[in-house]
Amino acid sequence: MPQKTQLAGDIRDQQDRILNDWVNYQLSAGTLRRDLIKEQELREASRQFLGLFVTALEDSEDISTPSWKPAKEFLADLTRTRALQGFNPSETAMFVFSLKQPVFDLVQRQNQHDAKKLGGDLWSMTLLLDKLGLYTMEIYQQSRDSIIQRQQQEMLELSTPVVQLWDEVLALPLIGTLDSGRTQVVMEALLQRIVDTGAKIAIIDITGVPTVDTLVAQHLMKTVSAARLMGADCIISGIRPQIAQTIVHLGVNLRDIVTKATLADAFRVALQRTGASVAKAALSAHGTTASGDDQDEGN
Amino acid sequence: MERIPILKMGPYLLVTIQVDMHDRVAMTLQDELTQQIVAHHARGVLLDISSVNVVDSFIGRMIGNIAGISRVLDAETVVVGMRPAVAITLVELGMALPGVRTALNVDAGMALLKSAGRIATNGRPAR
Repeated sequence: MPQKTQLAGDIRDQQDRILNDWVNYQLSAGTLRRDLIKEQELREASRQFLGLFVTALEDSEDISTPSWKPAKEFLADLTRTRALQGFNPSETAMFVFSLKQPVFDLVQRQNQHDAKKLGGDLWSMTLLLDKLGLYTMEIYQQSRDSIIQRQQQEMLELSTPVVQLWDEVLALPLIGTLDSGRTQVVMEALLQRIVDTGAKIAIIDITGVPTVDTLVAQHLMKTVSAARLMGADCIISGIRPQIAQTIVHLGVNLRDIVTKATLADAFRVALQRTGASVAKAALSAHGTTASGDDQDEGN
Repeated sequence: MERIPILKMGPYLLVTIQVDMHDRVAMTLQDELTQQIVAHHARGVLLDISSVNVVDSFIGRMIGNIAGISRVLDAETVVVGMRPAVAITLVELGMALPGVRTALNVDAGMALLKSAGRIATNGRPAR
């Protein structure tokens, strides 16, 4: 279609002027983040994209065709970088949408005496740039999603340490909200450690769990039940005053489970049950501890 | 027809399940175990399920039943060696086996039975 190639040719002829106008529009727009991007970088990115845009436009106006691939890839890279840098959606989309004005100016200049062609060209350019804008938004959304997913995964891996406090005593300090996915990971980690260490008592410390609702309580009970099936008793510790109130108000039944206010209390109970005891060291003249015998039992 | 051997160890019975428990096997086991408890005046039963990889709700209930029946016959049941995956499955099925004693391995289970025997002279153990 000669009409389309003519438009592309016009854009190529006046590429420098369009680029100048475009960069100026972007610089004057309120949505530009001057703290995140330098004018130099913006000009370079705009120049590269405009080059790819014209090359693709000479071939086709449909952005799903292969000739648009380089332009789209460039746009995707730019969008991903901006999403990581902390640009918000409109700031990112503005890169493509601000190209409208210089292109429309050009179309107007070229078609001053042909209203029909002016309308047609404007419409096709609008469609094209809108599609590119939407494509930008899709990529933006995708990259944000992948960031969120990665962070979730990292949190999941970070937040399930099972530590051995003593012979036959494990502790599981929980940090963050307990959902079913995390409960599964926590449960598996705890049970595997029970098998590995032959622990008889597991202390689940919920100091770092911000809220306990019925669902979280149910997840806790599941973990406790599973550990009991493996032959290990569980103690829940680190119950803050507000959480104790919530648990009772919600009518959650924790009666079958030993609960303690602090990890220290729970540890004391655990030591008692395993038959070990810890005493304060009375420093003798030789600097040895008087309670050495007690601790040997635990070790 | 597969059968699960029941071994007598002093006053206790040791049952090691080393085949996949299908329903018929489980029923036979329940039947024979009951008879053996009575025949040997057994004081405790160790149910070793460390080789069991797969459980369903029926097998879960059978374990609970066996424990219940032997308690009626004054023998304490300890389920030992449950695998993590099996434990998770049972909990997810809503079968936490309340009232069944558990231990990590046969050693720990035997120690539990022995201590339970001592307490039992003064009265039933608390759990």
